[in-house]
Amino acid sequence: MQNKSRRRTILPGFGLSLGYTMMYLGLVVIVPLSMLFFKTSSMGFSAFWEATTAPRALASYRLSFGVAFLSALINAFFGFIVAWVLVRYEFPFKKIINVLIDLPFALPTAVAGIALATLYSPSGWVGQFFDKLDIQSAYSPLGIVIALTFIGLPFVVRTVQPVLESIESEIEEAAASLGANRWQTFRAVLFPVLFPSLLTGFTLAFSRALGEYGSVVFISGNMPFKTEIPPLLIMTKLEQYDYSGAAAIAIVMLLTSLLLLLTINLLNRHVSRRVNDELA
Amino acid sequence: MSIEIKSVSKSFGEFESLKSIDLVIETGELLALLGPSGSGKTTLLRIIAGLESADSGQIYFSGENLIDTGAKDRQVGFVFQHYALFRHMTVFDNIAFGLRVKPKAVRLSEAKIKEKVSELLSLIHLDWVADRFPSQLSGGQRQRIALARALAVEPRILLLDEPFGALDSKVRKELRQWLRRFHHDLKITTIFVTHDQEEALEVSDRVVVLNKGEIEQVGTPEEVYHRPANSFVAEFLGDVTLFRGRVDDQSVYVRPHQFEVMHVSDDPHAVHAEIIFLNPAGPLVKMELSGPDEQLIQVSLSQSEYAELKLKKGEKVYVRPKEVIGGDYCI
Repeated sequence: MQNKSRRRTILPGFGLSLGYTMMYLGLVVIVPLSMLFFKTSSMGFSAFWEATTAPRALASYRLSFGVAFLSALINAFFGFIVAWVLVRYEFPFKKIINVLIDLPFALPTAVAGIALATLYSPSGWVGQFFDKLDIQSAYSPLGIVIALTFIGLPFVVRTVQPVLESIESEIEEAAASLGANRWQTFRAVLFPVLFPSLLTGFTLAFSRALGEYGSVVFISGNMPFKTEIPPLLIMTKLEQYDYSGAAAIAIVMLLTSLLLLLTINLLNRHVSRRVNDELA
Repeated sequence: MSIEIKSVSKSFGEFESLKSIDLVIETGELLALLGPSGSGKTTLLRIIAGLESADSGQIYFSGENLIDTGAKDRQVGFVFQHYALFRHMTVFDNIAFGLRVKPKAVRLSEAKIKEKVSELLSLIHLDWVADRFPSQLSGGQRQRIALARALAVEPRILLLDEPFGALDSKVRKELRQWLRRFHHDLKITTIFVTHDQEEALEVSDRVVVLNKGEIEQVGTPEEVYHRPANSFVAEFLGDVTLFRGRVDDQSVYVRPHQFEVMHVSDDPHAVHAEIIFLNPAGPLVKMELSGPDEQLIQVSLSQSEYAELKLKKGEKVYVRPKEVIGGDYCI
């Protein structure tokens, strides 16, 4: 009976690898995260409520989710264009550009933050032009958006690229021979197939932006109520030995992010089920 | 809709895909473009469809020059080898696509579109798959959907690029006959590309044999098979043996069924050859014989001839061509 229920596979080791996965997840993700809850549980509910709903904390959530969303949106748009260009056209230095896309993954984020802050400061190479227009780029929410856009760029490009590559040009030719114009071909034939990967890229860029700390602290100016993000607030609380207060804010960020990610994933599943029916 | 192709050329970099092609396709004709890969047959089809632009030359649809018209405006139905169905759309939406992208002024109402799609689905005998996705269908079904999709917009001509190339042989055979009947009913001018000579001969009214960007011969299946214009066509259109006679050194092309096999013969044109391969499974008995100078001779016999001769592998027999390709000269 045992043999029947067990499927034979070429490479063995299901039990071992699953066990390893569980242990790995436990040690690396679950245990550290549960420490957060453990730490917070030491404070009463009213203290928790007070720490997490303080006006300064609320302002930082708003800022963080706002800029993360905005930068992910920017990345979704421009990352899509970058992926499109990289897949569809041949041009000199294409390979180098393709490698450059991954740079934000590799670069220490603090380095990115310092470089961007220097560039966009009112006297910087780029910042001076913003300054002339009376727009403050560094040390403002705009600066944070710039940093987060830089950090999140690879996600959309790298999720959309392979899907775009998988679409044969015949699909577009079929649409054209059926009388569709370019916009209709893009809108009705290409975009629906690309959308799930675009949404995945958006989600990754968004969550990466929510958690970003290194680059933001250098370019944001860190003014409470204005350009202070929750991770910085947490750092401030830690420096004041307010460990449970720091944990409380962390938990709010954690749960909200989790909820958001779950929602986007569900949405994505709903969309992909319609699109990628390949496995049905 | 007749099509006239006038001195159309096309190169891809150094490679000359088409060298000044001239061809006229009559209204309602079912034409096969036959050739090995790299012969330019698909390029020619794509130029007719407007999916590829010609370097030089003209294309007329019923006298109207379309060389500068894009694929979108040529009103051509195109069927791809790998179906090119829209994978995120149901079968119904796939077929309706061409009707729905029409400008508002000429677009049919949703109800009319529904009616038309249902009609097409029953025409291809697939009414029951309207709500499925292409991935849920077999290759043969997908190709019929692709055909229905192309026909939905009532194209002026229908172009098929190796339409059955990706299908297994049984389905391919069924679809060939089906396409033949289908064309007979609709009478739409149809051009299909194939590298399979059997397919070209079985389905088409006329065959255009292409090689290295040039037309080798245009003719009915019977003409190209029995009266090939040159050795390329003779060799490409079916198994053939370049037979060297024993008396005069003249070489002739002989098809497998044109040989006569005998146990004894005093005919000076017959050669003595050993049967090295014998396959009696099938309507014809297929044999390969090794003649003088190890010349390979391909022979097919009817089952009754085979039974009468009681041939065995390894046996030495006399082989003589009863007739040769072209049929004009006899040895």
